[in-house]
This record gives sequence, structure tokens and C-alpha cells, in this order.
Amino acid sequence: MLLSDSASPLRQELLCFSTAGSVDDGKSTLLGRLLYDTGALFDDQLSSLQARSKRNTSSLLDFALVTDGLKAEQEQGITIDVAYRYFSTLKRRFILVDSPGHEQYTRNMATAASNAELTIILIDASKGVLPQTKRHAFISALMRVPRVIVAVNKMDLVDYRQEVFDQINKDFLAFANHLNLGMLSFIPISALHGDNVAVNSRKMPWYQGSTVLEILETAPVESDLNQLDLRVPIQCTINPSATFRGYGGKVCSGVLRVGCEVTVLPSQTKARIHQLVQLGIDGTMQQYEQACAGKSVTVVLDRHLDVGRGSILVDSNNIPETRSELDAMIIWMSADHVDAGLTLLLKHASFDSKVILQNCKYKIDCSSLKCLPGGGMQLNEIARWTIKSTKPMWIDPYERNRAMGSFILIDPISYNTVGAGMIIDSLGNDYWANQLLRRQSAEQARNLHIDTKLVEQAEREELSGVRAKTYWLTGLSGSGKSSIARALERALFDKKIPIFHLDGDYLRSGLNRDLGFSIEDRGENVRRTAEVAKLFNEAGMSVICSLVSPFRRDRAAARSIIGSERFVEIYLDVPLQVCEARDPHGLYKKARKGEIPEFTGIGSPYEPPLNPALKLDTANSTITECVARIIAIS
Amino acid sequence: MESHLDRLEAESIYIFREIVAQFARPIMLYSVGKDSSVLLRLAQKAFAPGKIPFPLLHIDTGFKFPEMYEFRDETCRTAGAELIVYRNERAIADGANPFELGTEHCCRLLKTQALLEALRLHKVDAAIGGARREEERSRAKERVFSFRDQFGQWEPRNQRPELWSLLNGKVRLGESIRAFPLSNWTEIDIWEYILRERIPVASLYFSRIRQVLQRGNMLIPITSFAPLKSNESPVALRCRFRTLGCMPCTGAVVSEADTVPKIIAELQDTRVSERKTRVIDYDQDASMELKKREGYF
Repeated sequence: MLLSDSASPLRQELLCFSTAGSVDDGKSTLLGRLLYDTGALFDDQLSSLQARSKRNTSSLLDFALVTDGLKAEQEQGITIDVAYRYFSTLKRRFILVDSPGHEQYTRNMATAASNAELTIILIDASKGVLPQTKRHAFISALMRVPRVIVAVNKMDLVDYRQEVFDQINKDFLAFANHLNLGMLSFIPISALHGDNVAVNSRKMPWYQGSTVLEILETAPVESDLNQLDLRVPIQCTINPSATFRGYGGKVCSGVLRVGCEVTVLPSQTKARIHQLVQLGIDGTMQQYEQACAGKSVTVVLDRHLDVGRGSILVDSNNIPETRSELDAMIIWMSADHVDAGLTLLLKHASFDSKVILQNCKYKIDCSSLKCLPGGGMQLNEIARWTIKSTKPMWIDPYERNRAMGSFILIDPISYNTVGAGMIIDSLGNDYWANQLLRRQSAEQARNLHIDTKLVEQAEREELSGVRAKTYWLTGLSGSGKSSIARALERALFDKKIPIFHLDGDYLRSGLNRDLGFSIEDRGENVRRTAEVAKLFNEAGMSVICSLVSPFRRDRAAARSIIGSERFVEIYLDVPLQVCEARDPHGLYKKARKGEIPEFTGIGSPYEPPLNPALKLDTANSTITECVARIIAIS
Repeated sequence: MESHLDRLEAESIYIFREIVAQFARPIMLYSVGKDSSVLLRLAQKAFAPGKIPFPLLHIDTGFKFPEMYEFRDETCRTAGAELIVYRNERAIADGANPFELGTEHCCRLLKTQALLEALRLHKVDAAIGGARREEERSRAKERVFSFRDQFGQWEPRNQRPELWSLLNGKVRLGESIRAFPLSNWTEIDIWEYILRERIPVASLYFSRIRQVLQRGNMLIPITSFAPLKSNESPVALRCRFRTLGCMPCTGAVVSEADTVPKIIAELQDTRVSERKTRVIDYDQDASMELKKREGYF
């Protein structure tokens, strides 16, 4: 006998969310209010709550008492650890992970955020943005929580005034813009009185947006899972008899399909998925065709291979990186101070290793969002470390894959969990350093004093007899930038013109290796390249820059750095189809498969120059012809 | 994932596999209740077509309902699981009972002490339990892999942080882990899963007419153990049990729910939380936390 869907929805969505706020921001009150308004409090809990509210001499129901847990904590009046609460509405099931907002408990907040698909950051409207607000926003961004609600609470204390709410939004965005937070919503609420928590407030007609509950009920679930890169860390083997040999694991990202070819790491041997099996309701083994990220599977391969705990099954066309030395952001969770050279145990997916903390590059002060010099690390500090593993590890950057980019560190003597780490991109795409260090240095740069030189640029040019220029070659990948640049360098050099080729890929392997391909990073890549070109020009040497530089704004910035009179913009105008057919490094192929996100022309736009000094059609002219045309306008 | 039940199932299977991979001598606490039934099914799923790779342990106080013993033996036989029954025989021989000792001391002897003895006897490094965080406030802070010192004690202020789904099961000699694959399940999830997977549960969960005593708000079943007070007389009521414990300490609730869907429908309307029907949680303020600190599950 089965019930109709409306009476017993056996298929509901489940959302896991966390909260961040200080003791006084009313976080526990908000949670208590949510549970109360959604009918998740039972009568006995309610009567116990009423009894205890009286004991603590408060006239209104003290919702905080619902979520503040253990006896010792109740006596102190604060929560001290992470607590899990469960409630449901007609639309959804919820797990809420409640973590204390007390300043020294960074580790608890990070723990709560690590599995959250959404986080609520609370701000007390009567106090505005505080240092701990920055901490909460930073940790949410660091842990890559996909969706963030900023709940401006205690609006009742500021007479529900819109100006107060608007100012707090503005203050929040002023620093949060640097953080790459998940999708943001601001909501003015009063948890005590229930305004905009589960029902719209009549006291704030100026607010037209959603209530907290509406967002909780509609935010996408499992949006933190990567659906692209197939990774199945194997937990155990299941071979009860000579006729059955299976492997148990959880698909941590991507989709596993019967028939698909996988590579087994670390051995790098290949096999096909022969069967996916599970125990059916009737007690027999059943087969099914595919498993999405999040599912626990029992896999049978089509041949015997060396597979065991710590192995990972991955798509043969999309293999993660292997490294013995890697960079990660680490949250330190032990009371013991830590220095470089410390040996720890590491747990990554189903893989264990021993690691050495090699070098702390910098720490981040969560309250000021400033980078501080490295050195050691204390409890609740967050720092970037280089770590060395005794065994090579197969990894994805945390930014791309939460499950394959995270690890915990374990003390080899006490066996306590002492740290949590998030792996940074191998291209060195260190978002935190980019954003925070750059902002910091921009602030410091205002104090710099630049002396005029005693040797002027004109004198240098007189000496060399050449006016230095920067030839800026822009165009899609595969449009011929590097080939033309190299031929042009040769031709100019043969004419005894001091010339140097700055190749985009070459710079990304060194100077710019900390940069990725986000819009911000591309801008920084162009800025640095332009600054280097300018130095070369100032030294009397001409430069050929060959880099995609897809955005007009960035090229305009390069022009202003180098100077309009020296900057020669050359556009290699080749249709995307031609570039894709050439595909000299197989990059388009990968991009089409989704392996390279933000690839120009596929996942990211190219903005052609509106008024280039020269436009070259490399599809219909030879390299020699192109070089000749550039020299002709020089 | 398709639904909340699929997601919870996947997580539980993952936890079971971590336990088997990380520990030398795991054991699964089997208490005969609905949570144990679900736990058992998930353990089967995690290792099928293989057998469950650890024994089941039942801590028997001697005060369980007769139906529970029958159900236990039948279930373990069907599942092909190895069952170990442990009783604190000395305390039972001394006549330990909740009426004379009080529920608190009785539990300490027949459950907590028996459990600790059994775990020591079998050199268990991971004891798997069906506790859920939703059940009770002190459980809400429990880890999936919850560390116990050499004396089996829990220290709520000094728990290992648990991030993502990375579980740290490393322990030194004598220390152990209590592992909770059902951490994130709610009572309603349990019943929905029982419905979906057609998992057998003890008949005590279903409503029928039973002889009970009304003590305060509690309905106590009439058994040979429960001495009647002079002013008390039993009544026949249509009732069922929401949780199964020892007969003297398990209260029934008035209910018409005699099928799983009816139980689910009842839970959706119900206004009383689950552990309310356990006498033992009321014997002291914050009583569950104190029991857990001493080694109770």
C-alpha cells in the first residue's frame, strides 16, 4: 500500500545549509524562529522551551534555547560546537548546521560550511558590518558555499528603516566584492518578531524581495557537486566469491555509466565499466545503467586490475593532476603552534599519505582581510602552505571540485584532526593572494615615491637609433599569434632592431603562473604583460606581445600603460571554425568536452578590436605576407 | 540525486564502507528497533552481494518485550548475520530493576556497563550505532565518527572536527570510535525508507488494543515486571510504541496507525517528539548527555 505523493512525498529534495553570526546577532533566535514558524518544534520541546524561557527571565519566547545545546553551554549562555538540526516544510527537507559565532571558533564555522549548499550570514542592523562579518564572508568564500543569504537582523531596533539596510548592504559589498562569494541575497529581518523569516513583513513595505524561507525552499540543491569530472574514489573491495569482484565507492563528481572507459589511478591502467549493481528490495542483485555524483556504487570492471582502497576511477579523457608537492589553504584546528617541517598524516578522498608542511607563504587575517607574512600558524589561523607528500596524490583544485580538492590533516601521535586543507590550482591560481595581496599593495602603492631618472628614455633611443614599440598581437587561440610573433622577431632582429618576444603562454609559466582564466585574472595577466612591455620599451627595446587578451577593456588598459604612441594593436582576424580546425594543442577539443572552462571562443567571449592598427587574415595569407605587412606599418 | 532518501542512503553506505576500511574489529549494535532495521538493510546494501563483514551485538537487559526477542532472532537468521548477545549477568542475577534502583542506575548497570564490557571483551575498535542527531539535543552535536577514550567516555567539548565527508577513524590502543551511519536521518526518513524498501519491523510499532497503565502522561504496558500501585488499574487502549526499549521504561502512545503509511501520516501531524515516550530521558535535566559521557550510546 502506497500513499499518494502529496500525503507522503518519498521524493523530496534535501538542502544542507549553515549559519554564521556572532553570539549577539540573534543567530540562534533566527533558527528557533524558523523551526517555530515552520511547525518543526514539537509540543514537548515547546513546553520545555516555555519553561526554560521563564527561568532565564525573558518575557518573549527565547528561541535561542532551542538550538543552544549541551548543558555546559547553556550555563555559559553560548553554543561552543557544531550542532545539526533537521526540519521540513511541504516543499523540502532541511539539514541546518549551526556553528557558533564566537571569534576564536573559525574552525567550527569552516566545519559547518564544508558541507553547506547555502549559508546565512547574520548582521545586527543596530551594529552594522563588524570585523566578524568579514570573517564570516571570507570563510564562506574560502569554503566555496555556492549560495549566501545576508540576513540583516534586528530591523525592529532601527525602526525598520530602509536607509540602515541599504547602508549595511553597501558596506558589505565594499569588501565582499573582493571575495568571489557565492550568489548573494540581502534580506532585512527581525527574527524576534518573525519579519521576513517565513512570512513577508508588513513593517517593511519597501522590501519586495524573498523571505529567508522562500530562498531556502528554492535555492538549487547539491549545487556544490561537480557534475563534469568523473571521479570515483574506491573505499573497499567486495569479492565474496570467485565469481564476483566488485569495488565499493562513492561517485564524488561526474557521472558513471556502464560501458564507459575509465582509468584506474594510481596504476593508470584502463578498463570498461562492466556492471553497476545494487541490492534490490526483493533481496536479489539488480543492475542499473548510470550513477550521478553523490551516489554510492558497487562497480564491476570488465577485466582484472589492481584496484583497492585509495584507487580512483576517472574518465580516461579527463584525468586529474598528480603531484607530490602542492599548495593549499590550510585552516589550523589544533591548540599547538605549527612550524614548517612538521610531519602530519593526510586524508584525501579514500587516500592516506604522510606529508611535510614545507613552507608557509602567507597568512590571511580574517577580520581585516589582509595577507600577513608566513612563518608558523596558530589555532584558528588560515594560511597558504606548500606541502610535500611521501606518495604522489591525484587531485583537482578545490575551486573546481570540493570533494577532490579537500583534505584533512591528522596528528601522527594523538591522531586528532588538526587541520583542513583546500588545494590550489596547479597554474597557481591563488585567488586569495590575487585579490587580497593586490588590494593591499594597491593601498600601499599610494605611499610610494618615484624619483625621476637621470638617464632619459629619449637618450637611450638616440643611442640605439630606434624608437621602441610594442606590437600587441591579439586573437583567438590558434589564430597564429605565436607563429607570426616568432617570424616577426626573427625578421626585426635581422634588421638589427633590438626586439624581444613576450609570449602569453611563456609568461603564464613564470611571472603570471598564479593567474587563472577568470575575467579578473585575464585582466591582471594583460596588466602585468603590459607593465613588462613598458619596461622593455623604456630600456630601448621593442617588444612583440602575443596573447589572446580577449577583452577590449584590458587592451585599452595595456595601451594606457605602454603609451598610445608606442602601442601597435594587431588583430588576427580568423573565424572560430578555422582556429578550431587547426587546434594545434588540442585545446578546443578539450574545451568542447567541458574540460577547460572559460576557454575563449567556447566558454568565454572574444571582443574584437574596433580600430586596430592592422588587421591580418591568417586564413588567407602566409606568415611571410603577414610579417611584411607589420613591418610596412612600423 | 533523485530524492532525500537516495541521498541519505548513499551517505550511510559511504560511512559503512569507511568503517570496514578503517577498522580492524567493528561491531554493529543491534537494538531490534526500527532504526536498527534500517541500519541492517543499509549494511547489507553496502556490501552486497557479500555478507555483512562484522557481527551484530545486542545488549540484552532481560527486560525487553517477548516480540523483540523473536523478531531479533528471525531478522538475523534471514540476513545471515552473526549475532552476539551480551547481558550483564552479575547485575541481572542481583535482581537489578528500575523500580528499586531508579531508571538512572538501572540503565547504568544493564546498558552502559554491559555495553562497555562487551566492547572490551570483543576488543571492538568501532561500535556502529543507529543513533540519529535529530533524536535528542545532546545527539545533535555528535560526530559521525565519535571518539571514545579508553574508558568509553565521550567528551563533548573536545570532539574531532569533521569536514566534508572525510572521516578520521584513527585511534590508539584501547581507544575507540562510535560510528553513526544514520546521523542525518530523521524519524520520518526512517519510516519512509521502511515503506520504500519494505523493511520488516517489530509488530510493537503498529497499533492494536493493549493493556496499559496510565502514569502521568505516559502509557506503560502491563507486564509481569511492573508492580501495580494500589490506586492503579490497567486500561485497554488502541496504542502503539514509537520507540522500543525495556518494558518498564517504554511508554506507548494512543494511536490508530496500524500500517507504515498510517504511521508516516501520524508523524506528519504529531506534536510530540520521539524520545518523549522514553522514561529514562526524564530522570535528570540533560540526562542523555550525562549518560553519553559515561559511555551510553
